[in-house]
Amino acid sequence: MATTTIIKKHEPSIGKRLRRKEDPRLITGTATYVEDLQMPGMHYAMVVRSPHGAANIKSIDTSAAAAMPGVAAIFTGKDILHIAGVPCGASLPGLRVPDHKILAQDRVYFVGHPVAVVVATDKYVARDAADAIEVDYDVLQAVADPEKALAPGAPAVHPQWPDNTAFTFHQEGGDIEKAFKEADVIVKERIVSQRLIPSAMEPRGVVASWHAAEKSLTLYTSTQVPHLVRTLIAQMLGIDENRVRVVAPEVGGGFGSKLNVYAEEALMSFVSMKIGKPVKWIESRRENFLTTIHGRGHVDYYEVAAKKDGTILGIKVKLIQDLGSYHQLLTPAIPTLSVLMLPGLYRSKNMSADIIGVFTNCVPTDAYRGAGRPEATHGIERMVDILAAELKMDPAEIRLKNFIRNEEFPFPTATGLIYDTGDYAAPLRKALETVNYTELRKEQAEARKQGRLMGIGICTYGEICAMGPSPATPAGGWESATVKIEPSGKVTVMTGVSPHGQGEETTFSQIAADALGIDVEDILVQHGDTAIVQYGIGTFGSRATAVGGAALHFALQEIITKIKKFGAMLLETEDITYSDGQCTCNKTGKSISIKEIAGAAYRAMKLPANTEPGLVATYFWEPPNFTFPFGAHIMVSEVEKETGNISIKRYVAIDDCGNVLNPLIVDGQVHGGVAQGLGQALWEQAVYDDNGQLVTGEFTDYTMPRAHMMPWIESGHTVTPTPVNPLGVKGVGEAGTIGASPAAVNSVVDALSPLGVRHIDMPMTPEKIWKLVNGRNA
Amino acid sequence: MTQSVTITVNGITETHEVEPRLLLIHYIRDVRGLTGPHIGCETSLCGACTMEVNGKAVKSCSLFTVQADGASITTIEGLAIDGKLHKMQEAFWNEHGAQCGFCTPGMIMTTKQLLDRNPNPTETDIRHGIEGNLCRCTGYQHIVKAVQAAAAVKA
Repeated sequence: MATTTIIKKHEPSIGKRLRRKEDPRLITGTATYVEDLQMPGMHYAMVVRSPHGAANIKSIDTSAAAAMPGVAAIFTGKDILHIAGVPCGASLPGLRVPDHKILAQDRVYFVGHPVAVVVATDKYVARDAADAIEVDYDVLQAVADPEKALAPGAPAVHPQWPDNTAFTFHQEGGDIEKAFKEADVIVKERIVSQRLIPSAMEPRGVVASWHAAEKSLTLYTSTQVPHLVRTLIAQMLGIDENRVRVVAPEVGGGFGSKLNVYAEEALMSFVSMKIGKPVKWIESRRENFLTTIHGRGHVDYYEVAAKKDGTILGIKVKLIQDLGSYHQLLTPAIPTLSVLMLPGLYRSKNMSADIIGVFTNCVPTDAYRGAGRPEATHGIERMVDILAAELKMDPAEIRLKNFIRNEEFPFPTATGLIYDTGDYAAPLRKALETVNYTELRKEQAEARKQGRLMGIGICTYGEICAMGPSPATPAGGWESATVKIEPSGKVTVMTGVSPHGQGEETTFSQIAADALGIDVEDILVQHGDTAIVQYGIGTFGSRATAVGGAALHFALQEIITKIKKFGAMLLETEDITYSDGQCTCNKTGKSISIKEIAGAAYRAMKLPANTEPGLVATYFWEPPNFTFPFGAHIMVSEVEKETGNISIKRYVAIDDCGNVLNPLIVDGQVHGGVAQGLGQALWEQAVYDDNGQLVTGEFTDYTMPRAHMMPWIESGHTVTPTPVNPLGVKGVGEAGTIGASPAAVNSVVDALSPLGVRHIDMPMTPEKIWKLVNGRNA
Repeated sequence: MTQSVTITVNGITETHEVEPRLLLIHYIRDVRGLTGPHIGCETSLCGACTMEVNGKAVKSCSLFTVQADGASITTIEGLAIDGKLHKMQEAFWNEHGAQCGFCTPGMIMTTKQLLDRNPNPTETDIRHGIEGNLCRCTGYQHIVKAVQAAAAVKA
């Protein structure tokens, strides 16, 4: 069976701009998202929701709805008392955790709060029936603004906690008092990171199917974390976890909003158990805006102490986090990530942070692309610019002065992290060269002489990615991978991460193809089905490749060891090399292909000593640290005085995410991230009125970037591989978002600085800018 | 109360009894079983449900099925002919114009029409041509590149 035929030399795929393996189904409209699923006997559910921010429920009359033909069942709060509340995975000392029932009991806490569910044979009938359910409310005064919620006499969101404070949290490092005492200059600013609506293009959706005879549940759900959903839904409903199968089919974007366990996932499971039929619930866009988690929601009070040469001595912040009405999975943990990120890229080891977590009558906030890190970076990068302006220093120069030096890595931060590696000046220098910074400043001086408002904004950001070491995460931070060489020699990879647009079917195929020396097309990557894939954590926190890819790397090493055992046996030698999809005897030059080895391993006529049949390896990898990507973004803008319009002249993003497996995909991640960061800086804001009504409840009012609003993004890289994982990759999903908002605001503030403007809160709408320009000129 | 409609979708003509209020997107997805066009907002703001109705790219959540009686419709599923991808599909693949893929079918139908009407669009033309279609993943840049690439292919 052994041959001397040389199989074609494997061309490395890592680093190539390979087009994606997932795309054929997406571009032909044949991918299957939750809403595309059909099952015999399928029923359709609609959720009746509170129209009030705060109210007592006096009565619910379901009689008219129940009498409608096609209506199978209606359930209200009294029917679900046995189901545990929506879980909060974050634990903080003294955290107040409201009981988050999946249907409201006697009171509603936010507009959109689920009050009843109706299920019918047809979705139009379900909608009609939902409209026919009469809920009588006693409306109460809501409070939707976190600072107003903290004021004495504010309405209590939860009556048992009249101060609306869910928790307070303090962390400090170094000697902050000394730093402020020794300062030549102290700058202070109130900086808002407004509430945002993640707005994945696919709203949430659930198909729940209970199989009474097996006491088992299949739950299709649009999620980033199928295994986590399985564990928690099983707990909530009291079903054996091994009898719950969760499937994340094609998932149309998440950005953190699907890193959660939602009331509807448990509710539809309950409904299916009750009626004995599969139940489909698809969130409308309006519901998505009202009830899927929001992001950000900070009001931060910063103080920075510095020497007059620009050396930063210390950073203080009081951080007010708008939590909303309940804790979703990670709600209270998000601002603690801001605190961890507080030192940014700078050497100062003196830091003090206080968080106040505030209940409001709004939908909960939770992880949205960046999750706590954009808020911190925005604050720090604004403060550095404010300090530079105060000291009349160049914003690039002050950053270069304060960066952690290359020789100081691994660098222990004031917040207890160990930054793995870095060369922080490199992306900044590259970005400055790209825009030709010196010339650009001359151009700006000229523009100012002509009375034009031109701005140059710099942001140098750091990240905490590859979430993360398990002790530092609420639910385990490892990741898993299985590699199966099938009897035919084709390769199946099963990953515990759950991609929903990030392209790991392609990048993980590249990792496997290069390790095994075979074609990318010979590899199939499976994910997102708990009945197929070993337990995994999921996709979030820029972790999929840096943690899941590393797990795959180690599983591949194990499988290669086993391949070599079979190869050695079959070639009757100990002296063997594996490359290009074959084992070769180093003495005779005889080779045997992975296909032949796989056939022999499953046929098992003969086995190597102490070796089991088959070719399967599973690896659970625990990362020793986070990774810490970094980069520099520069935005050049010009403000039109007459309209307040901001035009983006150039946008340069230089990111260092370590080794780049597929530059095409990495570019896409950066572009999308920048769009969301610019969205926050320029257009997006979730606005609640004083009654807790979401004023920006549709795409008409919530200004998500459209194509004509976006600049051309000039993206580039520096490459500083991380030592934390064997691939040297750091994660890139959130980089663009984190870098963009400070670059944008710094740019526009720079443009308006001749008018005395030193800070602008986001979003920088034309109205706000026009007022700043004309109010001062008037 | 139902009404009879006869509609040709991707070359296949069928007659169905439908409620007058049935949205065209629901007819295409639920009655005709074509789930390529997606529902992202149901209010004509996102464009995920875009399909060609009598040769015009239309947001199908903003039409009732009965308004399309007698129409000829092409959905994303009808774009490839005999397994050969339309040049816009190929370009979206080559240029990484899709990430999560949810907006992609609508985006491809819109950009196909954009090129039908303007075979040599500028970047600005492209950006304005797709401003009715929302994408949350790509920042639009690779979509713009895909349209440019497709425009360069003269079939």
